[in-house]
Amino acid sequence: MTLMETMVATDRPLLKVEGLTKGYGPRIGCAGVTFDLWPGEVLGIVGESGSGKSTLLSCLAGHLRPDLGSIHYDGRDVLAMGETERRCLGRTDWAYVHQNPRDGLRMGVSAGGNVGERLMAIGARHYGEIRGKAVAWMDRVEIAADRVDDRPSAFSGGMQQRLQIARNLVTSPRLVFMDEPTGGLDVSVQARLLDLMRGLVRDLGLSVVIVTHDLAVVRLLAHRLMVMKSGHVVEQGLTDQVLDDPQHSYTQLLVSSVLQV
Amino acid sequence: MTDQAYNFAYLDEQTKRMIRRAILKGIAVPGYQVPFASREMPMPYGWGTGGVQVTAACLVPEDRLKVIDQGADDTTNAVSIRKFFQRTAGVEVTEATAAATLIQTRHRIPETPLTRGQILVYQVPIPEPLRFLEPRETETRKMHELEEYGLMHVKLYEDIARHGQIATSYDYPVKVEGRYVMAPSPIPKFDNPKLSGNPAIQLFGAGREQRIYALPPYTSAVSLDFDDHPFQASKAPHHCDLCGAKNSYLDEVITDDHGGRMFVCSDTDYCAGRRAAGQKGRLWSPEPQEAAP
Amino acid sequence: MIHIDNLSKSFTLHNQGSTVIPVMAGAALEVAGGECVGLTGRSGAGKSTLMRMVYGNYLAAGGRLLVGGLDVARAQPREIIRLRRDTLGYVSQFLRVVPRVPTLDVVAEPLLALGTPVEQARQRAADLLARLNIPERLWSLSPTTFSGGEQQRVNIARGFAHAYPALLLDEPTASLDAANREVVLGLIEEAKARGAAILGIFHDEGARARVCDRLVDVTGFTPQVAA
Repeated sequence: MTLMETMVATDRPLLKVEGLTKGYGPRIGCAGVTFDLWPGEVLGIVGESGSGKSTLLSCLAGHLRPDLGSIHYDGRDVLAMGETERRCLGRTDWAYVHQNPRDGLRMGVSAGGNVGERLMAIGARHYGEIRGKAVAWMDRVEIAADRVDDRPSAFSGGMQQRLQIARNLVTSPRLVFMDEPTGGLDVSVQARLLDLMRGLVRDLGLSVVIVTHDLAVVRLLAHRLMVMKSGHVVEQGLTDQVLDDPQHSYTQLLVSSVLQV
Repeated sequence: MTDQAYNFAYLDEQTKRMIRRAILKGIAVPGYQVPFASREMPMPYGWGTGGVQVTAACLVPEDRLKVIDQGADDTTNAVSIRKFFQRTAGVEVTEATAAATLIQTRHRIPETPLTRGQILVYQVPIPEPLRFLEPRETETRKMHELEEYGLMHVKLYEDIARHGQIATSYDYPVKVEGRYVMAPSPIPKFDNPKLSGNPAIQLFGAGREQRIYALPPYTSAVSLDFDDHPFQASKAPHHCDLCGAKNSYLDEVITDDHGGRMFVCSDTDYCAGRRAAGQKGRLWSPEPQEAAP
Repeated sequence: MIHIDNLSKSFTLHNQGSTVIPVMAGAALEVAGGECVGLTGRSGAGKSTLMRMVYGNYLAAGGRLLVGGLDVARAQPREIIRLRRDTLGYVSQFLRVVPRVPTLDVVAEPLLALGTPVEQARQRAADLLARLNIPERLWSLSPTTFSGGEQQRVNIARGFAHAYPALLLDEPTASLDAANREVVLGLIEEAKARGAAILGIFHDEGARARVCDRLVDVTGFTPQVAA
């Protein structure tokens, strides 16, 4: 790639979503969702339960097929891809962090095997190197190297979540989907995880789409925010602008309903 | 009288036809698990119902059948299946590998190299090599479809992490012609190299799981491994105490209560053939004695 | 560097009968590089609102708001993100950080975001913290547990970590003792000397007189509500 092409490539959105719509029979899952996500950006999606944020994330990550609209990743039409190509993307360039680490980890496989799986899936065939990378990534998410052969079932909730993140990031993905990654964790563990995720986003230049109902989490983590209600995006913008100067009545209600500590 | 009571080789012709179609499909797509409508057989699951159905579908009156279990012709399972086909198909039987046209086996590949025209039928308990780590059938099918076999190496990784080496010693997974990963049934990994490039037709039948798969003659089957932990076809580091064979798979036999033991070929036909040709092992005498204390 | 022209702002309270509250109209001012402009006016006149609009924290209703050539009133979020990273610093009165992150890293973060090597960023952070008299034993602790004055100084250190070409300062000397006030004023003078454009709110009249080149009374930007 020439320098010019590189510059052009970095000056376009990593993910381009247009008119994304998914219904469940007569019910709206999400409707007409349009946004661009740029390299290195964290996009928060907030809304109450049933607002369509999880449906949207599932459509983006390829777990659900939208009825209408388009998704372009790095210029490639995601919905036109074959399943092989899409799943290949899902274990190389993309990552998905589940709310419950049990959904994103293999509980019967050691921590090292969990982290190494994505490497082996893309053809790594040297045990020593795979193990070395697994240990390095565990260190990065602050799990001691001597736990490499322990199963995740022996880990605390916070450690499991960090292991899930390590498992996802080991192949250096560019786009990470996160579904309530701090839900169900103690607040002290939450803070640690938020700090870790901020550092990873900054150091690796990750683009992230994070779904949460926790406005404090998005304020600290997301550059931009989308507010969803009844399947529609009612407002989007800079995170602090949307939270401090909300324009839509629903956002105003949401922001004013947060309990202060 | 009994041979009048059954159709040739027990199964009705429509069932054979269905099974033969599955076999042909299996041969056409080496290593791919073909679903088939497994029938109730007059023996329990786990006793080789899959292998028996494949054998029944392949047998013709001119065949000479050999049945082995763990390499031996004289174990209960082998004897009962052999008798079953003697009664229901009236085919000739033999214990000599070289003389057999069709061999049904559980847990071994004969030591005597197979030749063109022979058929080797394996009894398979669990046909899905990915089952160990992925319990969902829908997901394992998808993984085969998309060649997502990273999980197989996770299994081997776990082995090394836990035991310092690949501890899987039987049913060791192979990749067939660079495409499908296949469970070779619980044969010792010592036998894995014989799977590959074999001139015989190798058929695999799983009765309970209702799957048939196959290796056509001269098909490559590569045992999975790591660059720094290469596959090794291991066996007990001994010679056969009866025939002296250096390179055959051995069973360990405890001979007394004082720690006495002997190693003998698990392939009884091979061992007997060597002894008949005058080969001698450590403990062999024309009338084999118990090992001395 | 900062160029504001005919800027207006109103809040619409949808959940309180859609009341529309106009808070600013016809705001105009200019801050050149190396210049410090102080906003004055009684409490509630709109000083902080104007600062927040310049930072992109509040949406403008109309007018032009150029910072380093970018019209913040119309810019895309990602353009404002870039502006905040490279060009425009903000020392607010509140410290909003991830709990448990060490003070040193909180201060170094703006530099890390620009790709400065970690050691270099930490060194700069350490220098600033030392200068602002934050005891070294506190550097490894989270500032969320600090006193108001200490948090204020951490905030200032963070705001001055990178040599932003434009700076917004919201009461930077409030709740500081004389010695630290002196340090902060020194920092502001250094920033001016290197050519930064500074827009600030200073209730501290002495500080205002010392660092501000001009004052702008925002009372003039208050919309005239028909009585």
